[in-house]
Amino acid sequence: MYAQMIKSTGKGVKSLDEMEPDERAFQERINAGGKIEPKDWMPDGYRKTLIRQIGQHAHSEIVGQLPEGNWITRAPTLERKAILLAKVQDEAGHGLYLYCAAETLGVSRDQLTRDLLSGKMKYSSIFNYPTLTWADMGAVGWLVDGAAIMNQVPLQRTSYGPYARAMVRICKEESFHQRQGFDIMMKMANGTEAQRKMAQDALNRFWYPSLMMFGPSDENSVHSAQSMAWKIKMNSNDELRQKFVDQTVPQAEYLGLTVPDEHLKWNEDRGSYEFSEPDWDEFFDVLQGNGPCSVDRMEARNKAWDEGRWVREGLLAHAEKKRARKMAAE
Amino acid sequence: MSDPLFEFLCRMGDNTLVLGHRVSEWCGVAPVLEEDIALANTALDLIGQTTLWLNLAGEVEGKGRDADALAFRRDVWDFRNVLLVEQPNGDFGQTMMRQFLFDVWHKGYLTALQDSKHDQIAAVAEKSLKEVTYHLERTMDTVIGLGDGTEESHNRMQKALDKLYPYVGELFVRDDVDDAMIAAGIAPDPAALRADFDAVLDAVLREATLTKPESDFAHKGGKSGQRHSEHLGHMLAQMQWLQRTYPDATW
Ligand SMILES: [Fe+2]
Ligand SMILES: [Fe+2]
Ligand SMILES: [Fe+2]
Repeated sequence: MYAQMIKSTGKGVKSLDEMEPDERAFQERINAGGKIEPKDWMPDGYRKTLIRQIGQHAHSEIVGQLPEGNWITRAPTLERKAILLAKVQDEAGHGLYLYCAAETLGVSRDQLTRDLLSGKMKYSSIFNYPTLTWADMGAVGWLVDGAAIMNQVPLQRTSYGPYARAMVRICKEESFHQRQGFDIMMKMANGTEAQRKMAQDALNRFWYPSLMMFGPSDENSVHSAQSMAWKIKMNSNDELRQKFVDQTVPQAEYLGLTVPDEHLKWNEDRGSYEFSEPDWDEFFDVLQGNGPCSVDRMEARNKAWDEGRWVREGLLAHAEKKRARKMAAE
Repeated sequence: MSDPLFEFLCRMGDNTLVLGHRVSEWCGVAPVLEEDIALANTALDLIGQTTLWLNLAGEVEGKGRDADALAFRRDVWDFRNVLLVEQPNGDFGQTMMRQFLFDVWHKGYLTALQDSKHDQIAAVAEKSLKEVTYHLERTMDTVIGLGDGTEESHNRMQKALDKLYPYVGELFVRDDVDDAMIAAGIAPDPAALRADFDAVLDAVLREATLTKPESDFAHKGGKSGQRHSEHLGHMLAQMQWLQRTYPDATW
């Protein structure tokens, strides 16, 4: 997902009886479907895990601007250029809401930014893949935003209030993005031979990386069990991946495109598709910084931040001067 | 001269197209997240205005070309934007200075254009003016903030002004197309808008502690299409590449 492999305390889930009164009241509130707000008591692990998760999600929105920004200056029509610009602008806005949500947990946006730029914090593996043709703008909207929605819709009910509210705003826009992406795919799949070829190629390259977005199976993960008990993770990775495949395969069929998986098969008894796992070695390579675009993405973000320093400092200095002048006048 | 009304509409649409494209080059790499959002917003507004102007140009021309045909299938010599907007982004300061200079002119021009006898033109001007008023508020603040910021930001803004000021004069050149538009009551006399422009410019530069270059020398040739800079061709190569490589495709 936009947040992958998030580690919690790693100690396993405590039962209510094992908890001190504060923690017990906290857990009971979550169990009853209540929300935790910034000023409420919360266990340290809950706070830290949420910071990691929300921060990684925010970073993904920010780095996610790059693969799509790659096509803004080459968009084929004025309308497509405007739609793509608006989409990338939305993603920057999502980053902003999420950094604000993280700030309510006591970490500053500057700190999170430093952690992203130093490589200490991660962003979703998907944004380390290149966008090579215009059809990729369709595939990213359709598959990547589509996979993001799978995970974010349930997170609208997450236990942490500011995170849940950010998700409500974000989900509305993400489903827009997905529809717009599918619309590009329709045009491409029903277009000239070259366009159909681009569409199939985009699906071939983005299918498995999209499945990786959900992370490896976490059936036996103590981190996931804890996050689920805290309701900051609502479903298992496999559950969401299955849901994504079941939703997406008929859409690919509708487009007349072939999902690049020879083992893909409808299982009548289960009422779902059987499909091949992505190459998890590749996934871990990407997480280690060996994705096809990992170095480029980090360089681009670092360059933007470094080259923007004089601007941030200049505006800050001006604001200080203005304040000082105003004080002197009073 | 081809139909002056068509020429005029291409000038309006090409200015916003070329500047919108330049601004969109900033996507994802602005100095702060808020600027990423604001720059995308400006680019979006300008691309939206382009669609209105160039669709109108295509209608007036009557040869079945729409905004996309004009944007993606003309070569450099057919573009009618001023040289200012095709200048490269440079650093953030140069981008902001270029935008500020354009915004001051744009706001003044659109304000006068609202009184056009051509109803559709007056309507596009009115719609655009709302957006451009907001653009100017932002760029004015940024130019002042960075001009009167640190020593480095001040120096960078002065350098940007020195570099771009020679492209200001072209905005106010009056030529045959303008004569025809003025005679028909369609558009204002650009030369008559200079005094108001200078008043705003001087006031902002004073607050920004920046110095206007002494020479009023002006590069020309974009608005007339006679001699663009080398930069425009590279922009079009990127912008038009898909349309030209796959001419039979619809997108
Ligand atoms: Fe997003
Ligand atoms: Fe996204
Ligand atoms: Fe999105």
